[in-house]
Amino acid sequence: MKEFMLIFRNSNPAADTPSPEQMQERMNWLAGIAAQNKLVDKGNRLSMGNAKTVQPDNIVTDGPFTEIKEFIRGYIVVKTATIDEAVALAKENPVLKMGGSVKVRAILTPGESN
Amino acid sequence: MQPKETEHTGLLPHLFRLEYSKMTAVLCRLFGLHCIEIAEDIVSETFLKATEAWAEHGIPENPTAWLYTVAKNKTKDQLKRHNLFETKIRATIPVTIGDNELQIEQEFDFTRQIIADSQLAMIFAVCHPVNATESQICLALQVLCGFSVEEIANAFLAKTETIKKRLLRARANLRTDEFKHTLTLPVDTSPARLDAVLRVLYLLFNEGYFSKTDDHLIRKELCSEAIRLTLVLTGNSRTNTTQTNALLALMCFQSSRLDARSNEAGEAILFEEQDKTLWSKELIEKGNYYLVNACSGNDITKYHLEAGIAYWHTTPTDTNKWEHILQLYNQLIVLEYSPMTALNRAFAIAKVNGNKEGIREVKKLNLGELNYYHALLGYLYAEIDMDKARAHYNKAIQLTASTKEKNTLQKAKERLEK
Repeated sequence: MKEFMLIFRNSNPAADTPSPEQMQERMNWLAGIAAQNKLVDKGNRLSMGNAKTVQPDNIVTDGPFTEIKEFIRGYIVVKTATIDEAVALAKENPVLKMGGSVKVRAILTPGESN
Repeated sequence: MQPKETEHTGLLPHLFRLEYSKMTAVLCRLFGLHCIEIAEDIVSETFLKATEAWAEHGIPENPTAWLYTVAKNKTKDQLKRHNLFETKIRATIPVTIGDNELQIEQEFDFTRQIIADSQLAMIFAVCHPVNATESQICLALQVLCGFSVEEIANAFLAKTETIKKRLLRARANLRTDEFKHTLTLPVDTSPARLDAVLRVLYLLFNEGYFSKTDDHLIRKELCSEAIRLTLVLTGNSRTNTTQTNALLALMCFQSSRLDARSNEAGEAILFEEQDKTLWSKELIEKGNYYLVNACSGNDITKYHLEAGIAYWHTTPTDTNKWEHILQLYNQLIVLEYSPMTALNRAFAIAKVNGNKEGIREVKKLNLGELNYYHALLGYLYAEIDMDKARAHYNKAIQLTASTKEKNTLQKAKERLEK
């Protein structure tokens, strides 16, 4: 089994205030992964408003706005045999219905090379 | 003589169950846990004496008080005989007890408070991670619940020898230095230790509720003992946490259906076919009470979620109940994976979104080695595809060891044909 981080991105402001139905849909999806014993870390949602970017030369700006077109909304960590399996889990994520995207990245173990 | 004898033979086993562990706990606190055998000997001798004396003279007016007086005198004899007081007690318990008998008497009086404190200390000592979980459960049954080795073996469907060895090892572990002062107060009730205790009580309850044994009486007794011990925890302000209350609520809700969920032959009766008039209203109300207590903080533990699910199962008429149950299963499976939770969640999905959706979910779970996996698919396919339903029931029967469970599945399969 290999661990993958799924990173959710969405710049649609509607994603800030999900409806109860949307929350439930997301929970169903997350629990579906857990039910297959593939969930390592349920992760967290990340705040859009309470965010700063720290750059060299003591420059601190509000928000993550300048770097990324699509805000990172949250992440989870799953364990699957292959990256394709992790992608299959990601494909069912409801964030995709709201114009978002999911990045799937293998987590490197210590000493493991790219 | 004869009538008296039958009278007291009914009462004694009951009192034994009830008082054995309390007396042992109090005496262990006095002697130290390393002298648990001495404590148990005194308690056993007390009950032996009761058997003889009550057969001859009839049952005393207050049998419990009689037992405690005898135990107390035997303890005093013991202390004198082996000079245990000087060598053990004084050395291990750094409290100032004078040499005169009056003060000794005060120290080990069986007052309600001392019994409650000693029991709590004993529960924490027995449910200590120094022993493997299954050993902790055996030890709890023996030391805290007064079960005999045979009864424990029966409950676990294990060989008496196996249980005996397991208990000996577990007891040896409790005699090490680490436990020299365990039974002196205050008990270490840190969250990690309380978690460990609650886990053992939870498993003890489940051992009864989902027992391997077909013996209905033993199952009931395991459940009620688990409840009794959890009640001891709610009796102390430091262990009366929302988590403890959640566990107790869960136990009450589950127990409320104990009489309805199996028939006289010991075969399981499906939830939907249970005679709801057999559900215990009293236990459901107690469950509600403890659930309210459990929800007085922000904690959500797996006991909260399981109690929540069990609560909804006590409300057969609520139309949205399966949606609530599914949400709780979602949270539960994210909190802690278990194959049974995954299957139960899939069942809830079938209830909310239909059997086809349920089947799709079950098939994702990769649990083909489990009989419950196939039993669930058999159930879900019943109205969709008879051949598949039959095949899955056959596979489930093949994977099941218990005869009673095999019969239950066989009946479910036969119902398909009707």
